[in-house]
Amino acid sequence: MKYVLSFNLNGLPVDTLVKATDTLLDVLREKLNVVSPKRGCDNGDCGACTVLVNGEPVRACLTIGLTVAGKNVQTVEGLQQDGKLHPLQRAFHEHYAAQCGFCTPGMLIAAKALLDKNPKPTREQIVEGISGNLCRCGTYVEVVEAIQAVAAGKYKE
Amino acid sequence: MAEYVGQPVLRYDGIGHVTARTRYVDDIQLPGMLYIKVLTSPVHKGIIRHLDTSAAERMPGVAGVITAKDVPGKNAYGLIPDQPVFTPEHIRYKGERIAAVAAVDEDTAMEALEKIKLDIEEQEPVFDPFKAMEPGAPLVRPEGNVWEFNSGKTRKIRFGDVEKGFAEADVIVEGTYTTATNDHAPMEPQVSVAYIDETDRLAIYTVSQDLYFHLGMLTAIFNLPMNKIRYIGGTVGGGFGSKNDIHCDHVAGLMALKIRKPVKYRHTRREETAYTTKRGPWTFYFKDGVKKDGRIIARYVKTVHDTGGYAGMGPYVVDKNSILVAGPYAIPNVWVDGICVFTNKPPCSSMRGFGIINGTAADQLQTARVAEAIGKDPWEVHFINAWREGDLGATQFKVEAAGLIEAMKRAAELAGIELPAHLKAMSSRGR
Repeated sequence: MKYVLSFNLNGLPVDTLVKATDTLLDVLREKLNVVSPKRGCDNGDCGACTVLVNGEPVRACLTIGLTVAGKNVQTVEGLQQDGKLHPLQRAFHEHYAAQCGFCTPGMLIAAKALLDKNPKPTREQIVEGISGNLCRCGTYVEVVEAIQAVAAGKYKE
Repeated sequence: MAEYVGQPVLRYDGIGHVTARTRYVDDIQLPGMLYIKVLTSPVHKGIIRHLDTSAAERMPGVAGVITAKDVPGKNAYGLIPDQPVFTPEHIRYKGERIAAVAAVDEDTAMEALEKIKLDIEEQEPVFDPFKAMEPGAPLVRPEGNVWEFNSGKTRKIRFGDVEKGFAEADVIVEGTYTTATNDHAPMEPQVSVAYIDETDRLAIYTVSQDLYFHLGMLTAIFNLPMNKIRYIGGTVGGGFGSKNDIHCDHVAGLMALKIRKPVKYRHTRREETAYTTKRGPWTFYFKDGVKKDGRIIARYVKTVHDTGGYAGMGPYVVDKNSILVAGPYAIPNVWVDGICVFTNKPPCSSMRGFGIINGTAADQLQTARVAEAIGKDPWEVHFINAWREGDLGATQFKVEAAGLIEAMKRAAELAGIELPAHLKAMSSRGR
C-alpha cells in the first residue's frame, strides 16, 4: 500500500508515492534523489541526516515521511540562493570545517537552525546547537569557529 | 611552489562538501538497481552441514542468490588472503558471510534471507587469546591458533643482552597492560555499488582506502583480468583503517557478475559494528631493568594480539607494534616477543597506526611506573632515555633527525608545566 505524499522541498512543491513505513530520509534519498542528508546510523544517533521541517531541525531517519505532508522541508540543496553560497557554506569551507565531509550537511543544517533563532549565540550556545551532530574526523573546533565567524558578521550575504 | 609555502590552501573538495555535491557511494542510484542483504552466521563456530537457497531464489522480487559456489576465482581475500568471501563450510566468527540475496529492496531481501535453509553443527568457540593458546583449546584454525611468522610463533626483536641488563640493574619494574577492541565507526558505513558497464566490464563504486591492493584481491576473486574491472573510488566518508579491508565490493561484484544487473550492498550501522574488522585487543607484559639515575638498561616486552577468526592485517599489525613497542628510548638491551592469536571473533585488522598507538599507551604507563619505582618525575625518565641523534634503535636502525626532547619541551610548555633547568638544557643533538 502506497500513499501520495505532497510537501514543499526547498521552496518547490513535490509529490511522491511512499509506504507508511518510509522515513523522511528514505523519501528524500531513495525516492527524490536528494542526497545531502546522509544515512550515518539510521538510528537517530549521528545527526548526519538533519533537515529542517518548518524551520525546526529534525533527524530525517526518525521522521515518518507521511508526517511532513503540506510542510516545508529544507536541505543543503536549498541553501544556495541565486547560485551564491550561503554564508555558513563559505565559512565552513574557509575554516576547513569539513574533512571527509559526510557529517557536513547535517552540521550546516544544525548551524542554520541555531542562527535563524539566535543570530548572536555564545560559544556555549553554538556547542549546544551542534551537540546532536557527530563528526568522526573531529572537526568540532573548526565547525564552532566557522559558526562564530558567521555570527560575527564576517560572511554577510 | 613558493606561493603555497606558509599559506593556507583551501581544500580542492571543500566546495563539494559544503554544497553536498560530493557524491558518496551510497548517494549513487542506478536505474533498475537491486539491493543486497547478506546471510551471516548466527553462531561463533561451527560447520555448515546443509545450505538450501532454493525457496529464497523463487521468492517474488528476488533477482538472485549467491553462495561460495558462485565465486568464479579464489574464494579468499585479505592482505594475508585467508578469509573466504562466503564460507563454504567452516564458521570462525559470528557474522561470517554465508549467502547473499539481491532483491527489489532491502525489506524483500531480508524476507528472502529468512527462507534460506541453513543447518549448522555448532562447535565450542574460544574467545580469550590466552585460552586459545593452551594445549587442547578449540581450534579456530586447522593449523593452530597461533600465527606463524617467518621467525616462528613470535615476532622477535633481539638487541643486546637483556639478562645481563637485568643483572646490572638497581631495580626491576614489571607491569601488565591491556587495551580493548575498538570499532572505527566512520560516519559513512561500508557500501558498494556494482554493475556491468556498456563495454562488458564489471564496474564497482567503492569506499576503499586501498584501491590498488583491493583491485588485486578482486581480480583473484572474480577471476577477471584488471582491465575487465573498473574500480571507481576516491570519495570516502571516513575510514580510519576500516576501509583498508574489503567489506562489500566482493559481494556486490559477485552478484553483479551473476545477475548482470546493477546492485548496491550497504551495511546498517549495526552490521558495521558487529561484523567489520576491528582494532584488535592487546595484552602487554613489560619487565624493565632500571638504574637509580633513571636509565632503563634492559627492557623485555611480550605482547599478545587477538586477531579474531582471520588474519586480516593482524600479523602486520604485530610486526609494526613489535618494532616500536619498546619505545623511543636508547635502551641498550631489548627483547620483544610479539604473538598473534586467532579466536572466534570478527577479524581484527588495521586501525589508525597498525598497533603502534596501543604499544605507545602501554609503554607510557610502564615508563611512568619506572619513574615511580625510583622516585623520579616521569618527565625526567623520558628525557634521560629519549633517543638522541645517531642512537641505535632495537631493530638496529640509526636514529636520524631526532626531535623527541624538543617535542617534549614544547608539550610541557603547552601544558603549562615548568620543567627543571637541567631538563631544559637537554637536546636531541647529544647526551
